[in-house]
Amino acid sequence: MPVPSEPAVVADDLVKTYPGGVRAVAGVSLAVPAGTVLGLLGPNGAGKSTTVKILTTLTRADSGTARVAGHDVAREPDRVRRAIGCIFQKHAVDPEATGRENLALQAHLYGLRGAELRGRVGELLDRFGLAAAAGRLVRSYSGGMQRRLDVAMGLVHRPRVLFLDEPTTGLDPQSRVEMWTRIAGLTRDEGLTVLLTTHYLEEADQLADQVVFVDRGRVVAAGTAEELKSSLRGDALVVELAAVAGPDAVTAALGRLPVRELAVDGRTVRARVDDGPRAVPAVLGELEAAGLAVAAATVARPSLEDVYLQLTGRTFAAADSAGGAADQVAAGEPAGVAGVAGVAG
Amino acid sequence: MTAVLAEPGYFAARGVRALLRQPWYVAFTLLQPVVWLLLFGALFESVVPSPTGDYLAYLTPGIAVMTALFSNGWAGMGFITDAERGVMDRWLVSPARRGSLIAGSLLHQQVTTLVQTGVILGLGLATGARFPGGVAVTAAFVGCVVLLGAAFASYSNALALLLRTQESLIGAVNFVVLPLCFLSAMLVPADRLPGWIAAVARWNPVNWAVEVGGQLLAADVDWSLVGTRAAALAALAVLAGWASSRAFRAYQRSV
Repeated sequence: MPVPSEPAVVADDLVKTYPGGVRAVAGVSLAVPAGTVLGLLGPNGAGKSTTVKILTTLTRADSGTARVAGHDVAREPDRVRRAIGCIFQKHAVDPEATGRENLALQAHLYGLRGAELRGRVGELLDRFGLAAAAGRLVRSYSGGMQRRLDVAMGLVHRPRVLFLDEPTTGLDPQSRVEMWTRIAGLTRDEGLTVLLTTHYLEEADQLADQVVFVDRGRVVAAGTAEELKSSLRGDALVVELAAVAGPDAVTAALGRLPVRELAVDGRTVRARVDDGPRAVPAVLGELEAAGLAVAAATVARPSLEDVYLQLTGRTFAAADSAGGAADQVAAGEPAGVAGVAGVAG
Repeated sequence: MTAVLAEPGYFAARGVRALLRQPWYVAFTLLQPVVWLLLFGALFESVVPSPTGDYLAYLTPGIAVMTALFSNGWAGMGFITDAERGVMDRWLVSPARRGSLIAGSLLHQQVTTLVQTGVILGLGLATGARFPGGVAVTAAFVGCVVLLGAAFASYSNALALLLRTQESLIGAVNFVVLPLCFLSAMLVPADRLPGWIAAVARWNPVNWAVEVGGQLLAADVDWSLVGTRAAALAALAVLAGWASSRAFRAYQRSV
């Protein structure tokens, strides 16, 4: 067994309160093993961006510690800065410069010079499909091109740890899928460690090895997406009957099967089962045997959305629109949900 | 080690390139002092008796100072747009020195100031103004304009980092530029200024540069005046630079 190395990112009980008493982060702990993708999930104002700002040395925590690429973010910010690449929510590109100039300035700041610099800049322009537009002002780039340049700039110095803050916000669906492919490629081909914040649950589901849910500045759940979904214990099974049936008849018909949370509403029968696809034939068989004809049946795997709902008692969308207000409320009240801090593994 | 010098250079080059890509902006920046010069010249020539009887020559250095104030006053705009675009955050998470950002902005602004001052003095010469003070004092004057420009650019940068919005920066800059100009011998010779204005002008850094500019017209240059004013402006530029770096730290804390 190889000795497990220090995780590429470790945060321990980070707290950050902004002037005015807004407690953006109220005790966040997480760990990202080297070479993996961690998805930091939560609605707007949950504390994701502030956590990333602390980890990327942009701001300091009031208390708690964090190490990135083996260096303490507060004590050795310069070493951390050399090891990390950051791609923030805004497309942080200079519109009044060309794509090549943007990349070259970035490369200069990380100490690249001369032929090495030109080689690296050319390589990234090629790789991100910007070679033809390299001499054009970035002002004239499409949103997708600006985002690609932004990502290329974050990679110019071959960082070991990459922070992606809402990488696909504002992108059209096609660009989003393209970005996902690139991010997946970075970890697969270059062994990058990635910390990704998103409020698209689907995005974390697609990309992340581990997911950490934050809500109101606290970690409310952590684990793999599968673990979190399994914690919901089962798939949602919905059967549409051909005719309205009494609840008692349905309950009697399915009484011998391992179904839970059985509910009958007119012709619709809802239940939770451990393994949806396997349960369907048995459920249909029992219903037909009891003389209840079935019109349709669907099985839904639980989504991270369901996890969020279960953890916080709010739907993701509702929390999202509550946004920053939730932060300010959270500052004064005890956490509504018991935290499950720490990452498995 | 070379990075200490190179980094501000990269940032300054970025600013200058962006400026040159806006030819209309450059044209107006150069046209503006021409308008000041011709307008104020025509307006005040009949009413202001200048020491040498050549008002245009008297006015030329003053307009150079005024132009430097205006253009350096907008220095902070760069920080505001960079912060809004997220470019600033990108630099703050890079190993670039924080001081390089400030130094780069100053360097870029003072390159512009040098060009503008040169154009205005050249224009004065072309329209018949004569500067008997000579080349040495002209060079000293240009240096003083650059020092004043640097001090004012730092003032603008500090305000930008504290106020964060273009509107408040415009307000804060306009609030001081014209009063500082009028509380000096820029347009009217010192001996014609009302007593209280003359008293205030002694402590007005804009007037220090204007006084050095006045020496361009003197047949016998008062080098002790030039030296003390240049030293005072240099001290001011250092102080303002220090203040803007403090403002930068305050900005970082609030991110």
